[in-house]
Amino acid sequence: MAVPLEREALAANAQLELENIELGLLLEAVYRQYGYDFREYAFSSLRRRVWRRVHEEQLGSITGLTDRLLHDPACMARLLSDLSISVTAMFRDPGFYVGFAEHVAPQLQTYPFTRIWVAGCSTGEEVYSLAILLNENDLYDRTRIYATDINQLAVDQARQGVYPLDRMQEYTENYIKAGGKRSFSEYYVAGYDGVLFDPGLSENVVWAQHNLAQDGSFNEFQVILCRNVLIYFDKALQNRVQGLFYESLGRFGTLCLGNKESMRFSAYEDSYEVVDAEARIYRRLK
Amino acid sequence: MNPAQTVARDLVAVGASWGGLQALRTLLRGLPPELGAALVVVQHRSAHSHPTVLRDLLAAVTALPVRDADDKCSLEPGHVYMAPPDFHTMVEGAHLELSVDAAVEYSRPSIDVLFESAAESFRDRCVGVVLTGANADGAAGLARIVELGGAAIVQDPESAERPEMPRAALAAVPSATVVPVEAIAETLVELCAERGVAV
Repeated sequence: MAVPLEREALAANAQLELENIELGLLLEAVYRQYGYDFREYAFSSLRRRVWRRVHEEQLGSITGLTDRLLHDPACMARLLSDLSISVTAMFRDPGFYVGFAEHVAPQLQTYPFTRIWVAGCSTGEEVYSLAILLNENDLYDRTRIYATDINQLAVDQARQGVYPLDRMQEYTENYIKAGGKRSFSEYYVAGYDGVLFDPGLSENVVWAQHNLAQDGSFNEFQVILCRNVLIYFDKALQNRVQGLFYESLGRFGTLCLGNKESMRFSAYEDSYEVVDAEARIYRRLK
Repeated sequence: MNPAQTVARDLVAVGASWGGLQALRTLLRGLPPELGAALVVVQHRSAHSHPTVLRDLLAAVTALPVRDADDKCSLEPGHVYMAPPDFHTMVEGAHLELSVDAAVEYSRPSIDVLFESAAESFRDRCVGVVLTGANADGAAGLARIVELGGAAIVQDPESAERPEMPRAALAAVPSATVVPVEAIAETLVELCAERGVAV
């Protein structure tokens, strides 16, 4: 029933269809040449990130980017960073850490030893935040944190524990809102434009490359943190990764999602109980 | 209804910044419950702003259900979805996608990011609405909506609390329908599908 669109709009729609084909081919090329499977990533974010890379490489089309990355692994590495690194902050969503201290820490205090998986740790901000929280709840010494990310460069950066000085004011405010018990500056030493976090905070951290979309479970955990990572996956991949988490959690294990990620749209909704609805903390039941 | 215009639009993407609360309340108050389009709203606000108070203030003036967007939540006609602070909100097919990608022009959520994704998913079934604000967010996205066959509405800059954002949108899309905020609901009713009517 729609009247024909004006010619310009028809041309723009045809161009968009073509670009979607080019994007599909790029993802196929990345998978076949490099083994990374982004074909089930959330499409809108993916499209924006790929276009950003096209522009930064000063190319005119997605096909141009496909051509370059097939022949130049360094270009692939840059795209991998675009597709896998998200902008995060220490103690992002302070309410989550308050919820964790209130509902999860007391349970962990009854265990002799705890394994925690931070899945999709990016550049490590959340790992250090968690280590600080565990430390202040007398849990750190009997915890091992497995921090993984698809991007080896991000993992290497996270391992350094170096962060920009100009974000410390924001992180300090977050830390206070998150219920921090000390002075945040006790945890780092400031240099010229960066700060180095106390290496003691990463003493019990195992850093590793792991791809949620393609790799399997590697241990059994009491807690899994995966915050603002699933949003980058489409629904089918989200469900598969939820399956991976379910298999990797012990009974009554805790799953922590990002504050806009919901168990409601997942096939595993009935396998968990809600521990803290606002903080998106769930406990495996069966 | 314009006789040449028979596309039933069923997605309305709204962008508001400085002064947006009042403008959004006026807009939502005028919408009938049988509106056959989903509304997705980006209101610029601080990353640390209260997560639900904006939703509650808007829900108080309209019969349409107002929800805070969660990742992958489905779009339903006659519902209003608020982009949460500190995330980008995008339309993908019949649902919403969130991301924590870098801010665009200092904004997260960004109106341009919402509009571009809405345009690319809903094409000529999309309407973009730019309300009051003191920056230029939404202008590029509104142009994208129109480029793919969608419709554009801009709050009359003269009557907006801050005219810069509507002016920037008009500079990018001179053909946009310009109306005072009180008349936007009526304009949307003319452009959009009615609930229960097959599209």
